Amino acid sequence: MAEALIRVEDLAKEYRMGSNVVPALCGVSLEIAAGEFVAVMGPSGSGKSTFMNLLGCLDHPSGGRYWLDGQEVSQLSSDELARLRNRKLGFVFQHFNLLARTSAQDNVALPLLYSGMSPHERKQHAERRLAQVGLAERMDHHPAQLSGGQQQRVAIARALVNDPQLVLADEPTGALDSHTSVEIMALLQQLNREGITIVVVTHENDVAHFAGRIISFRDGKVIEDKANVANDAAAQLK
Amino acid sequence: MNFVATLRIALLALRVNKMRSALTMLGIIIGVAAVIVMIAVGGGAQARVEDQIRSLGSNIIIVLSGSMTSGGARGGTGSQPTIFEDDAYAVGREIEEIQAAAPTLRGNGQVVAGNTNWSTIFYGITPDYLEVREWAIVEGRGFEPAEMSGAGKVVLIGQTVVKNIFGDANPLDQVIRVRKVPLTVIGVLDRKGQSMTGQDQDDLILMPISTARKRILGAAQAKSRSVSSIMVKVRQGADMNDADQRMRELLRQRHRLQQGQDDDFFVRNLSEILQAQEASSKVMTLLLAAVASVSLLVGGIGIMNIMLVSVTERTREIGLRMAVGARSRDILTQFLVEAVTLSLIGGAIGILLGVGGAMLIAELAGWRTELSGSSIVLAAGFAGAVGIFFGYYPAKKASRLLPIEALRYE
Repeated sequence: MAEALIRVEDLAKEYRMGSNVVPALCGVSLEIAAGEFVAVMGPSGSGKSTFMNLLGCLDHPSGGRYWLDGQEVSQLSSDELARLRNRKLGFVFQHFNLLARTSAQDNVALPLLYSGMSPHERKQHAERRLAQVGLAERMDHHPAQLSGGQQQRVAIARALVNDPQLVLADEPTGALDSHTSVEIMALLQQLNREGITIVVVTHENDVAHFAGRIISFRDGKVIEDKANVANDAAAQLK
Repeated sequence: MNFVATLRIALLALRVNKMRSALTMLGIIIGVAAVIVMIAVGGGAQARVEDQIRSLGSNIIIVLSGSMTSGGARGGTGSQPTIFEDDAYAVGREIEEIQAAAPTLRGNGQVVAGNTNWSTIFYGITPDYLEVREWAIVEGRGFEPAEMSGAGKVVLIGQTVVKNIFGDANPLDQVIRVRKVPLTVIGVLDRKGQSMTGQDQDDLILMPISTARKRILGAAQAKSRSVSSIMVKVRQGADMNDADQRMRELLRQRHRLQQGQDDDFFVRNLSEILQAQEASSKVMTLLLAAVASVSLLVGGIGIMNIMLVSVTERTREIGLRMAVGARSRDILTQFLVEAVTLSLIGGAIGILLGVGGAMLIAELAGWRTELSGSSIVLAAGFAGAVGIFFGYYPAKKASRLLPIEALRYE
């Protein structure tokens, strides 16, 4: 059987608040195959963000195991996790998290800075990814000169620049109006069709329904995991 | 991540907040400039002190006649004539480090003029003596060659002798008697004041060495070429000890002393006094530099302060960099390079300002300043060290952030 891109077994995370131990995630087990478009849903405090952080190798789990692309990552050191994020993961954030006063191109090239690529290669990769998200004309613009939707496109280009196996988007449409949200989802769908595995965290039903699979969280547990007939965002825009 | 990229990020970050970067640098600029100016001023003072000491004779070596032991009783220094005029000429001629060597013949006696008299010391000298002692003639003239070779009956007198014999009268062309020999006063020596051992250096008269030998000291000295002492002036910049060593060797050779045999002469010099004085002015320079370093320290604290603010402000940037693959040490390096860049640019400007300031002080206040390359290197190195030292804590703090917390930071 082909190894799933993501496999978690009994994954748990608890936070210490003084003497209290607050469980944020209690034993989640699931698999995500390469090429899937998954939406993770749930109200705030449901553990979906914690789950996302663990999937993104940004945090160490308190229990359970996690295989990313066949590699067990739950025991890796911080530096090894950083390397893993650099090579295999791409992130899209709600508030874009672009560097101010830095050109779109340099923003997109940022991850490559940490993978030891030459300046020339960095530039080429960044240009290619910006063209892919439809911003070939805006290479030298600073974030402040771009609209919210354009900024999120730059952020998506940044997430793609290292040819990741998995793109994690945390509320990617949370700071955008509904029309722009659909545009961004259309872009993500298009990328997914090109073969990139995407996991989107959202609390909006509309957004979740662009995904092919919806996993719902509550109180640190998966309460529902179902396939979804995805709406076509591109079609909605017409 | 390579260094050039890190440096570029640092420069970019510093450019983003130009005003703040400039103000932060100002602390380092002032500190470095102050260190350089203070060391220059201190060095100038040190050089001036050295010059003054040199004029007092710190670069003078005195060679004295050896002692004689007869029947178990050891005579004191100079009790046996062992050094000669020709020794002096040979030393002056053959040793590179030596600028001039002046043979002197010393004696004392009563100086009589009219109805007053005064007991003083007289020296039979060559014109080299005045050069060695850097002694100027304020009135009249020096000895002429004919007077030197022909035992001319002429004399130069010191200020104390002028005061005691002539009072306010003009001493030039007056005749004084020394051991009943009439000598004409042809010049008056500049005032020297007290020597370092407290002797009145102006209480003396000078005459040609031939005059002293043939006319004053009489039969005992007339045929001999021996001298009481040789005053040797070491060339500026030459090493006292080298000169001393080479002169001893030459004299031993001239006196045909075997290996293992004691010197038949004594050598004295004042270099110890010079060393003590130099040490004290070095302490002063050090003190000035220490005071100036305090401002460099304050500048460093400024850097730390700004870097801490910067780390807090850019927490989300740090989180993002970590999320896309920066390791702790990449973040540490980035902020450290930023701090060091701040301090080095500040240091460079400070050096320019310090050098300019030192020149301006020399120009406007008329103080002597000595800019030394080592002080500039020191100041630059110190600035860099301040950057590393005060930049380390904020950088460490940045590198210890957890990516998820940094990303969530509002």
